[in-house]
Amino acid sequence: MIEIRIHGRGGQGNVAAAELLANAAFKDGKYAQAFPSFGAERIGAPVQAFVRIDTKKIRTREDVREPNYLIVQDQYLIDTVPVLDGLKPDGLVIVNADRCPEDLQLKTTATVATIPATQIALEIVGRPIPNAIMIGAFCSITGLVSLEAVQRAIMEKFPGKTGENNVAALERAHEIMQKGKGQPC
Amino acid sequence: MLKYLEGSHAVSQVVAMCRPQVISAYPITPQTHIVEDLARLVGEGQLDAEFINVESEFSAASVVLGAAAAGARTYTTTTSQGLLLMNEVIYCIAGMRLPIVLTCANRAISAPLNIWNDHSDSMTVRDAGWIQLHAEDNQEAADLHAQAFKIAEQTSLPLMVCMDGFILTHAFEPVDIPEQKEIDAFLPPFKPQHIVDPRWPRALGLYADPRFYMETRYILHRALEKSEQVISRVSADFAKSFGRESGGLIKTYNLEDAEVVIVTMGSIAGTIKDLIDQLSEEGKKVGLLQICSFRPFPKQEVYRVLKDKMNIVVLEKSVSLGRGGILASDIRWSFPRGEKGRSISSYIAGLGGRNISTDALREMVARVEKEQVDLAFLSLNQEIIAERDL
Repeated sequence: MIEIRIHGRGGQGNVAAAELLANAAFKDGKYAQAFPSFGAERIGAPVQAFVRIDTKKIRTREDVREPNYLIVQDQYLIDTVPVLDGLKPDGLVIVNADRCPEDLQLKTTATVATIPATQIALEIVGRPIPNAIMIGAFCSITGLVSLEAVQRAIMEKFPGKTGENNVAALERAHEIMQKGKGQPC
Repeated sequence: MLKYLEGSHAVSQVVAMCRPQVISAYPITPQTHIVEDLARLVGEGQLDAEFINVESEFSAASVVLGAAAAGARTYTTTTSQGLLLMNEVIYCIAGMRLPIVLTCANRAISAPLNIWNDHSDSMTVRDAGWIQLHAEDNQEAADLHAQAFKIAEQTSLPLMVCMDGFILTHAFEPVDIPEQKEIDAFLPPFKPQHIVDPRWPRALGLYADPRFYMETRYILHRALEKSEQVISRVSADFAKSFGRESGGLIKTYNLEDAEVVIVTMGSIAGTIKDLIDQLSEEGKKVGLLQICSFRPFPKQEVYRVLKDKMNIVVLEKSVSLGRGGILASDIRWSFPRGEKGRSISSYIAGLGGRNISTDALREMVARVEKEQVDLAFLSLNQEIIAERDL
């Protein structure tokens, strides 16, 4: 079973990101579960959402404590929230940041990747909502969920222009990660 | 058809297919997405029902009471403080034998304010004369609603489907959503036995002086007891029609040769099943008994499956303050009085959304293997309890 934890701030589409990732995994023929951490989801407040993906039915309802993958939608959360808690030593953390991974100085043996998702979101979506870009980066690096399934999940949830913009953002993230593969930044 | 969707959405789809004629709900917090979906379906003309928006849960319960008394298939949903505000009407609905279906998205009660999951809300009305069925996952939550109208209408008893708030209502996972024609074949239209009708004036639930009142309670109690058969039969019919097991009185997992049995209700059963599989690989024999029907309480069924089990631990998400575990009391009462040698431990867990971790459950099992625990609160943080509070 693969476990993903998403950290972000209220308004960044954290729950939507979890929902889209799990839906895409479901479309890929897997079993998936997504749920929010049920905090007071005010704009700007730190929030979490969880995703599990497996080949068989997922029964557990526990919060994700030891994720294989972390998606951090705001680099400044790292200073205030213990985002790395429980991350598997051989795991991966993707941070929405305008810096190189090593500049974040994260205390982890896990792989660290960064992408300036807010900037890309402002360019393509026109709003500072980084979730589609973060999902795109995740799919691109891990290959766990197909980009095509995420596209379908996005269009299902946001039919029309919003969906199209987010699909474009997703594709841009994929291009960037593919181009940057093997390079630090 | 297997769909990926939110728990609330799965429930609203099945409720809509059950063709309720009147739906009433308070649309503001505490509430779930269930009524939001149903309101949309009525608004878009996809569901031919009266959707009556009201100013409080007390009114929502009163509206469905009136509509059911007039012979309509009715539905409402609430949670937490909302159910408490309905309380007076909840008792009236049962006393009038109205087969209303209500979804309770189980959540904690104030004060202090807490919006998270536990079973405190539905426990406040466990003695009201309603059938209470607890769902394990979103598939079962959806399936129980199809069964609920059938059970309620066959028994003339109101029925509360309890599903864990947030943990199920807000979780996205695959759910097999039936076709309308399958539901139509399973659930016939509602044929009310007694209705209020201006053409033939009569009244319901008016007045019973000491010569009659006690008999009404006795009859209601017997009706609840007898509904066990209907709950089992409808669950079996459902399995025949839809090809999957859902609902019924109890469910068991790995019980046969279990040396320790965990008894619980609701969605935590899933986490426990995973733990049981892990423990099994380590050579530990642990089993699970899930109570689906909390009211009526299936005492005989519980005894039948647990009579040879000498180490039982009851894990529940509510507490009778000043007494202890509520489900634990019911489980203890299921065995003959005065018997010796059986260890029945009681754990309170997950109050107000406290995460119930596999590690904590593992520790619980290890402890009850050594001793009987009369009452313990799982994952209690002693650091935030001051000495003067105790």
